[in-house]
Amino acid sequence: MGHQTPLYAEHVAAGARIVEFGGWDMPLHYGSALAEHHAVRQACGYFDVSHMTVVDVMGPDATAFLRRLLANDIARLRQPGQGLYSCMLNDAGGVVDDLIAYRTGDDRYRLIVNAATRAQDLAWLARIADRDDVVLRHRDDLLMLAIQGPAARQLVAPLLPAGLGAAALALQPFGAVLQDDVFVARTGYTGEDGFEVVLPQPAGLALWQALAAAGAQRCGLGARDTLRLEAALNLYGQDMDAGTSPLTSALAWTVAFEPADRQFRGRAALELQKTAGVSEKLIGLLLEDRGIMRHGQRVLTPAGEGVITSGGFSPTMERSIALARVPVAAVGLCQVEIRSALRAARIVRPPFVRNGRVLAE
Amino acid sequence: MNNVPQQLQYTAEHEWVRREDDGTVVIGITDHAQQQLGELVYVELPEVGRALKAGDAMAVVESTKAASDVYAPLAGAVRAVNPALTAEPELVNTDPYGAGWLVRLQASDSQLTGLLDASAYTTLLDAAD
Repeated sequence: MGHQTPLYAEHVAAGARIVEFGGWDMPLHYGSALAEHHAVRQACGYFDVSHMTVVDVMGPDATAFLRRLLANDIARLRQPGQGLYSCMLNDAGGVVDDLIAYRTGDDRYRLIVNAATRAQDLAWLARIADRDDVVLRHRDDLLMLAIQGPAARQLVAPLLPAGLGAAALALQPFGAVLQDDVFVARTGYTGEDGFEVVLPQPAGLALWQALAAAGAQRCGLGARDTLRLEAALNLYGQDMDAGTSPLTSALAWTVAFEPADRQFRGRAALELQKTAGVSEKLIGLLLEDRGIMRHGQRVLTPAGEGVITSGGFSPTMERSIALARVPVAAVGLCQVEIRSALRAARIVRPPFVRNGRVLAE
Repeated sequence: MNNVPQQLQYTAEHEWVRREDDGTVVIGITDHAQQQLGELVYVELPEVGRALKAGDAMAVVESTKAASDVYAPLAGAVRAVNPALTAEPELVNTDPYGAGWLVRLQASDSQLTGLLDASAYTTLLDAAD
């Protein structure tokens, strides 16, 4: 048996099919992953993502520490209430993990990192912070809910504590507000608008139950995966890992090379890669033949061979889509080897779907 | 609760077999199998005319999460495949013993051997729970 979130009993009572994910027993779906997917694209779905790791970073050196830790530049967050996506890299320029960092005060930040990499991430943070005057606090006392979809923000706002609803509705994308111990960010992992809410257990359980009463659809990890794949949001451990660079993972935009004197972990390796030129890129694939593309399948292009990093069925497009790492020169038509048969596919620029609309046809 | 019709025969791999009056057999996957797989989004079926040995992978059923092989419960030649599954793979979920059938075989052997009856299959499912 794996770890369970404090909402585990709620999931079981709601008829969830439970699966193991990164050491956690999590809901895969509550009856229909496809219906849950469509609810998020069309209205509002909510997820228990309390398995995610929340770490608060506090102290006089907090900014300096994060400027060394992260490939993106935390100094871009000029005031509390702003957030950004970043990778943290090893010395070879490989991705240790990806995360969202929010500035919550003058010398305070909140990091949200992946569940499956928790132990190594916490060790990595502690190692980089070794000589800094910072306190790292792992907030495993908090729940985290993601409420996503075009109707999500308006549905959640009235369920938040007094005064917080209006502040949440005023947030820009990647903005966040913290009131008492309730944190609301306008972020997510679905390609739709919405909120991620981090809050203490009693209030978290109450919000979970209020969302059901308000008519939102509870959603499991199945829908979370198909939604993020359509939105072409990378999954750590699948689309990138410690052996791959952000420059070959469609994440070059998240690396802040300016200012040139900011020495972040992995910078030297990335500078070399940039000078030499990378040989691979992460792209989108549409399957033109029948079938379903899956992780690990070979991609044959005129420019050389590649591999599917994430593949599956797009409920919105009703066809198979994938992310694949291929030679940089690869464009246009290619083939995917599905159970020893070669199937026709086409390279497209991701994302496939954003804000309810199909972008890659 | 698993639905295991009395009149069908079964395999330990969760296929069902129904003998038709014309001597052919119709094959599908059981209610238990479709529940375990989850919602199907793609079904790949064999070519009509293909000769199958017992145990050959004859079809693939894919859910949003994974692909699974379906094995031939007995030897024979493929007489027909379910044409509706191309557009509606979910028929396997909604009606696994009816509209969600997969393959019709002309069995090589008129005796259907090595299959389980409904009570043996139910016992197998109960043991696995």
